[in-house]
Amino acid sequence: MKSTLRVALVGNPNTGKSTIFNALTGLNQKVGNFPGVTVDKKSGLCKLQDGQQVEIIDLPGTYSLYPKSADETIVFEVLSNPDNSSHPDLVVIVADATNLKRNLLLYTQIADLKLPVIIALNMMDQAEKGNIEIDINALASRLNVPVVALAARKSLGLEELKSAISYSTNIPLQHATIDVENIAPELIKAVSERLKIDNPYVALQIVHQHEHLKYIKKEDSLWIEEQEKIHDFHPQKAQAAETIARYNFINDILLDTVVYKSVALEENISNKIDHYLTHKVWGFVIFFLILFAIFQSIFAWSEYPMMLIETVFVWLAELGHTYLPAGVFTDLLIDGVLAGLSGVMVFIPQIALLFAFISVLEDTGYMARVTFMMDKLMRKVGLSGKSVVPLIGGLACAVPSIMSARTIENWKDRIITIMVTPLVSCSARLPIYTLLISLVVPSKLVLGFINLQGLVLMLMYLLSIVMAILVAWVMKIIIKSNLKSYFIMELPVYRMPRWNNVALTMFGSIKTFVTEAGKVIVAVSIVLWVLASYGPGDRIDKINQKYSSSEMTSQYTEEEINILKSSEKLENSYAGIVGKFIEPSIEPLGFDWKIGISLITSFAAREVFVGTMATLYSVDGDDSEMEPVRNKMAQARNAKTGALVFTTATAFSLMIFYAFAMQCMSTMAVVYRETKQWRWPIVQFFYMLVLAYGASFIVFNLLK
Amino acid sequence: MKLSQLAIGQQGIIKEFTDLEMSVKLMEMGCLPGEAVKVERIAPLGDPIAVTVSGYQLSLRKREASTIELI
Repeated sequence: MKSTLRVALVGNPNTGKSTIFNALTGLNQKVGNFPGVTVDKKSGLCKLQDGQQVEIIDLPGTYSLYPKSADETIVFEVLSNPDNSSHPDLVVIVADATNLKRNLLLYTQIADLKLPVIIALNMMDQAEKGNIEIDINALASRLNVPVVALAARKSLGLEELKSAISYSTNIPLQHATIDVENIAPELIKAVSERLKIDNPYVALQIVHQHEHLKYIKKEDSLWIEEQEKIHDFHPQKAQAAETIARYNFINDILLDTVVYKSVALEENISNKIDHYLTHKVWGFVIFFLILFAIFQSIFAWSEYPMMLIETVFVWLAELGHTYLPAGVFTDLLIDGVLAGLSGVMVFIPQIALLFAFISVLEDTGYMARVTFMMDKLMRKVGLSGKSVVPLIGGLACAVPSIMSARTIENWKDRIITIMVTPLVSCSARLPIYTLLISLVVPSKLVLGFINLQGLVLMLMYLLSIVMAILVAWVMKIIIKSNLKSYFIMELPVYRMPRWNNVALTMFGSIKTFVTEAGKVIVAVSIVLWVLASYGPGDRIDKINQKYSSSEMTSQYTEEEINILKSSEKLENSYAGIVGKFIEPSIEPLGFDWKIGISLITSFAAREVFVGTMATLYSVDGDDSEMEPVRNKMAQARNAKTGALVFTTATAFSLMIFYAFAMQCMSTMAVVYRETKQWRWPIVQFFYMLVLAYGASFIVFNLLK
Repeated sequence: MKLSQLAIGQQGIIKEFTDLEMSVKLMEMGCLPGEAVKVERIAPLGDPIAVTVSGYQLSLRKREASTIELI
């Protein structure tokens, strides 16, 4: 049945595991999910020298089989369950040659699972530079495992690794490491018998992890719980004893195989760099300069590709209208699906660039230093140093940022980070801010060199960050947790970014974004299109009749009729009726029913706002032209009072509402996916709604 | 003497841990009894700290460092 060999890559973080994965699979890789969990599964095909194709799976980086974060749980799950669809035939353990002792801990754990293993000893060039001499043959014979020396960044040793994979056997040959049974003899025996497991270390790990393992039945889990009490099993004491035994084994091996001559040179270079990058003053100055440069580039470099994408979609829509038969289906396809897709796809360049920058920051080791510098500050407001990464990412898009919060081990820190990240002004709010600011803020210079409009825009961004921090602080007080928060993190040596890794990250992020967000957006835009195109009873038919009468056609040109007709249709559609219905509740904020419709359509995604405004204020032509929308909005008057709709008070109130309200289906979907509970996206939706409503109300009444 | 009491550049040898939960996590990261630790840096706001241990750099909070007793 199973013809292709399945190989899993396992290793500590920062060992070059993904470099090896990319080198083996190239563009021949895909991102999927492990069955039943939301951890990204990176896999790909690799062709060996003898023509054989093998499947390579990149498992999340971890220091040990005892998981510390959500992602790491998957490693033992996949390796210990032969029925898991990702269970490997062979494990390649990637180890950092410059830091062999800590890296071998994971090896000894996996070796005891009795799976066939190969050790890929990476960064051999760095080890040589650091005067660490490793006797590869002695190491291989002491462990009785194939050991391949690599310097993956220089593409050295990859061919040897491939041939080691093709010569591998399906029988685990490695020598035993420690006496596992000795840790809890009776308990291991009992569990092995009940679950029919023949490996004592698998049994022991199941005792530790049974609550998190998908393949352990509920009744077995409860039974293990009882057994732990009967046999007086203390998990932490057992783990401590095991870890010490493993390091004793490792020290013995290293004594005979490794010679340390002097301190590593690169370490000293890293120390010198850190002297500036984590300096009391310069550290923060450099950090903010880097952030500033990143956001400047994201906006500057994405302008042209974004225009290109818009042009392609306009061209596609024209093509559709020309060649497809006119009718409901064509309308749905073009005005519903295509319009919805174009609203999302224009953000591809910004998202790809943001991912590229974040991957460079992580790849070089700088992100770890930012975390190190900010931890104390973040902890004061209930976050962790590791929350800085998602919060920075939130300036571009909350969806990938919330996913990146997985690296935060502490549950409370992670939940608070997820809950406040959508408050940070993302790139989808930018078109709304710029439109409204240009409407009510004069474009003049303050102090002779600061553009007033630009200043207001920057204040909106600052306000969003301040609010995120305030809310985090409030949540720190409300949310109860007895889990200890801790911060034990490797500071990797500074390295040059690997550009093909950066390119592959960009490519992967685009692919995930298009497929994941695309699905939601297409569904929502179809619903919106239906609600905006149809109304109850025969209202819409009557409007059609009214405008095709000769009285109308003689009075107006065809173009004018189309404009009048579509705006009256919208008013009488289901969406329009809802807008009218909610009008009383949003009047205190200074909004009329048309803004109400925009607020509703924006719940699919904020970027829909400009498009909805364009339709509502009956501007024909494409949405990309801001000027006509702006003029129409500036002239719009309230039907009842006759006063201007977009006063300074209304515009600012609206901006504040968009800044704080949770108007993004994709974010809510990802929050559910990450927390696996509906209560978190629901709580988030309502607290943000209350916050947005309250703040808008205050702003409107202050400026009125 | 605790690890959290060392100044930048000072070195010590790990004797034992005062917190079981923390000790398991620290040992996995290479902080073992008998291992030498050296304080390399303190974060700009005074916490956390960065130490060199078993050949690499590790950052940890002062509260965590205070569970490590030195010889």
